[in-house]
Amino acid sequence: MAASAESLAIAQSDEQRARRDGRKDRLFRRTVAGAGVFVLVMLAGVALTTLWGGREAFATFGFKFLVSSEWDTIGKQFGALAPVYGTLVTAAIAMIIAVPVSFGIALYLTEIAPTWLRTPVASAIELLAGIPSIIYGMWGLFVFVPIMGKYVIPWLNDHIGEWPLIGPLFKGPPLGLGMLTAGIVLAIMVIPFISSVMREVFLTVPTRLKESAYALGSTTWEVAWDIVLPYTRTAVIGGIFLGLGRALGETMAVTFVLGNVHRLSLSLLEPGNSIAATIANEFAEADSEIFRSSLIALAFLLFVVTFIVLAIAKLMLRQMERKEGK
Amino acid sequence: MINPIDPVVTTTLITPPPGADAKAATTAAPKMSARGLDFYYDKFHALKNVSLDIAERKVTALIGPSGCGKSTLLRIFNRIYSIYPKLEAKGQVLLDGDNILDPKYPLNRLRSKVGMVFQKPVPFPMSIYDNVAYAIRHYEKLSKADMDARVEEALRQGALWDEVKSKLNGSALGLSGGQQQRLCIARAVALKPEVILLDEPTSALDPIATGKIEQLVEELKERYTIAIVTHNMQQASRVSDYTAFMYLGELIEFGDTTTIFENPTKKMTEDYITGRYG
Repeated sequence: MAASAESLAIAQSDEQRARRDGRKDRLFRRTVAGAGVFVLVMLAGVALTTLWGGREAFATFGFKFLVSSEWDTIGKQFGALAPVYGTLVTAAIAMIIAVPVSFGIALYLTEIAPTWLRTPVASAIELLAGIPSIIYGMWGLFVFVPIMGKYVIPWLNDHIGEWPLIGPLFKGPPLGLGMLTAGIVLAIMVIPFISSVMREVFLTVPTRLKESAYALGSTTWEVAWDIVLPYTRTAVIGGIFLGLGRALGETMAVTFVLGNVHRLSLSLLEPGNSIAATIANEFAEADSEIFRSSLIALAFLLFVVTFIVLAIAKLMLRQMERKEGK
Repeated sequence: MINPIDPVVTTTLITPPPGADAKAATTAAPKMSARGLDFYYDKFHALKNVSLDIAERKVTALIGPSGCGKSTLLRIFNRIYSIYPKLEAKGQVLLDGDNILDPKYPLNRLRSKVGMVFQKPVPFPMSIYDNVAYAIRHYEKLSKADMDARVEEALRQGALWDEVKSKLNGSALGLSGGQQQRLCIARAVALKPEVILLDEPTSALDPIATGKIEQLVEELKERYTIAIVTHNMQQASRVSDYTAFMYLGELIEFGDTTTIFENPTKKMTEDYITGRYG
């Protein structure tokens, strides 16, 4: 009798416990789901706010806002083409420089560098990632721009400026400021991001995989290119796009060295403008409703540009995976 | 670097097993031979004055408890250890009479002559075909037809051809563990090596896959010299012609497998083989 009462009590407490656990678990799941949804709400919120804020510009200029490079603050005519172009070009230059350099850094730190050097250099890179962009901007303006103007640009003019096809890209006045300079500064800023992601994922490649390749007579380069990179490809591309996202949206450093001129020019040595730099530079001077609305509309465009670039990246990745999994 | 039998090391052994250290374990026709080989992981002295012959077209098994240095010894035979810093081998390892530990001995020649298969199957993240062709491309430029023939030959030798011939372009990662390991053997064989080193090749496999690999080893020794590290006593007795028993970095006993297993001269060897320790 006593035994059965006891077992009943146990059964009851078991049931209670199960119910309590179920409740807690539901609560936990909802909380976490809330955190996930929060991201979407934020994103939608910012997108809609900028769209709403830019409605006047979109309504006034319509499609012309996208294809015009006119930016006349007195005549109140605004077009986004120059900053959009500048954003894309500077980010592209940054990636062309940053990706191979980061690959080299990550490879050196995981495969080649002596062990004692690996951790200090890796920490130094993470430190670089933590430097505020205004400092890169100041360094760019006071140190890098004069170097570009005095040495690099004249050299480019003389040597590459006359080449067919790519020549016009490297022909321009020795101002120092410009899209090439901004792209290089951006590259320096995103290298820490890309290289630390690459380093982390290179470390995940199983030793035995590398050893097997070495045992077949592969060189370090072949192991890196044929084994390490394919094995980590998805994560590496993820890291590259983290850097790209930052390059597209970077404001302060670019504002300092880009020149802030609303003009489309083929030459990378001419000053230009980017979306984020335009907004940062001109918001305080936006004296008319339509001017301000145009700047907010630019912010919305930055959203769209980033979204499109990342979407293209995702598609490319999927294509590559499909080809691989034949 | 070239440093035959270092007298300092031999005399500093704590308890040198009499007769086992200095005298080389010899066989009739050695393909590879270690002479007075010492190995250091930084400061740790992992191999102590090991001298041993690997007979041509025979299977030599290296046995001993974990940490005895058998894998270390195997990893010296193709100098794979040299991809890591702070590891150092002293003494001589001769391949057809040339000292492979000599820094002047070209690494890619060594690796094309001495192939290696690791404990866990490690297919590269590419197709089955490319896994085999990858190795060959390092050394030879072949036409598509020739390459196809070489890949087929290698996969046949790896006893894998019939199972994969219809899906050569599929990912190698889709194969079962046993198939992956045979692919790794095929990949090593594809280079037409002279020696194949097997580092516990079946320890990650089920008994059926293990049986297949053992059968394959039996076939491969017709053409290749094989050294195999194994923890499995039965495996050593089944597949090998010679057996070396190692303990704490020293070669304790070496001889033909029947003698080692049925009539070992050292008490230590007998204890290990009968499972009394290790």
